[in-house]
Amino acid sequence: MLFGLIPKKQRRRIMSKGFKSILVLDLNQSLRSKGFWIYSILFGGFVAFMFVSGITETQIIGFVGLGRLMVTFMQVCMVIIPIYVLITVVRSIVGDKESNVMEYMLSLPVSLSNFYWGKFIAKFIVIYIPLFVSLFAAVIWGTITSLDIPWDMFALYSFLLAAMVFCFLGIGMFISVYARSQEMAVSSAFVLWLLLVAFIDLLLMGMMLKFRMNPSLVIGLGMLNPLQVFRVGVLVLFDPKLTVMGPAAYFVLDTVSRGVFIVFSVVYPALLGFLFGWLGNRRFNRKDII
Amino acid sequence: MTEIKKNTPVIRAIKLSKSFGKVEVLKQLSVDFNEGDRIALVGQNGAGKTTLIRCILGQYIFDGQLKVLDKDPRQQRVDILKEVGFVPQIPPPLKITVKELLRFFSDLSNVPEEEYVDIAEKLGLQIKDSYNKPFVALSGGMKQKLLVAFALGKKPTVLLMDEPSANLDPAAREIFFDYLGKYNKEALLVLSSHRMTEIEGLVNRVVEMDFGQIVLDKILYPVENMNV
Repeated sequence: MLFGLIPKKQRRRIMSKGFKSILVLDLNQSLRSKGFWIYSILFGGFVAFMFVSGITETQIIGFVGLGRLMVTFMQVCMVIIPIYVLITVVRSIVGDKESNVMEYMLSLPVSLSNFYWGKFIAKFIVIYIPLFVSLFAAVIWGTITSLDIPWDMFALYSFLLAAMVFCFLGIGMFISVYARSQEMAVSSAFVLWLLLVAFIDLLLMGMMLKFRMNPSLVIGLGMLNPLQVFRVGVLVLFDPKLTVMGPAAYFVLDTVSRGVFIVFSVVYPALLGFLFGWLGNRRFNRKDII
Repeated sequence: MTEIKKNTPVIRAIKLSKSFGKVEVLKQLSVDFNEGDRIALVGQNGAGKTTLIRCILGQYIFDGQLKVLDKDPRQQRVDILKEVGFVPQIPPPLKITVKELLRFFSDLSNVPEEEYVDIAEKLGLQIKDSYNKPFVALSGGMKQKLLVAFALGKKPTVLLMDEPSANLDPAAREIFFDYLGKYNKEALLVLSSHRMTEIEGLVNRVVEMDFGQIVLDKILYPVENMNV
């Protein structure tokens, strides 16, 4: 059978079958790894622990009930998710190269883009679903125990988490395609994460004071940092003058409206993730695979 | 199966070169592999055998010209790989179960799972007993038999095997060689090995590589005279 003689429409279907096959394969691979179950139990367990510890009955600076639980959950996510996603994902492509998985898998009729995006989406599902389920479980438990459900927060946080996971997934895949070894990939991920954490407030404020930088420039830099965007996005539904937000966040929310920032906090990290994902795929298609 | 144009080699390399940094692993290599050829690709470690196979599989960017089934291995990778069966030297450490792997292969190749099971069983692998075991947990020999079954099951035009019998016990090796001997006589078979003695009964042509070049290309007897 000459593949070239198959009508374009059918060819596209066959190509997307390769994508689905890799997606399912990678999902199955992930579901068999202990890391996935530890991660899922960690986040599910954390929500359960917060209910048991009575966090919904406490109040700190305006956060109360399920809203308080969700904000705490998101703060934990902000600390853990970016580095977890990076460390997990940066080893993906380069790890497959080192372990001969790539040599074999790419001897099969799957296009390089289907292989790359199949893995990408599988990792997104595996990382995002446990987070969403934990958040949704909190809503269900809140409904059962007659707590007020902050649906606006639930919706925003669901999208924010998806955008954040997508963002760091794209960056992680990009690093993984470029890295020559798993050690190099993990080291790069750590350095990047440290830089992003440092640039949330500490370095930005230091630069502003030391170099007398224009606050607009500092805000611009702050807005480029997906961690900063995530952090402000988590708290944006509350009073923007809250001191817990930090100085850079204060400037950001003082400059742009809340509505604009909500859209920005979801769209920007997602676009950033897609851009890095696309660049990674481009490189993957143009260089030696193994 | 792809129709091969008369007098067109299945694989044609003209001044094929591949370097990793400053190290030139394939040096201006030119060779034709034809329909029905059963080739022993031999040479020491570092001779360039695996690099050549990876170029054929479209896994490396290279200099010079390489055509597989009259197509570019990189630009038309998927088209070519539909016609290629490959057995690697080192099985991939996949955590998915044998059952999931069978489904994966069946979906990708449009070959019913039973055909793979049938070949695996002929090679002496009681595959149904291992359905729920992770692939990585199988013994070296079992993995190799399964990969051979996957490669043969799709009835490829080109069979590339990198040390395929390295992990097989003598009995399985005998069955495997017997199976290969009876395999489609029009297909091109390339067996990469360190040990020529092991595969000499299976091949009609020996291509020896050393330092990225072909140092010996000897037709032992014409394809039609093969009597395996």
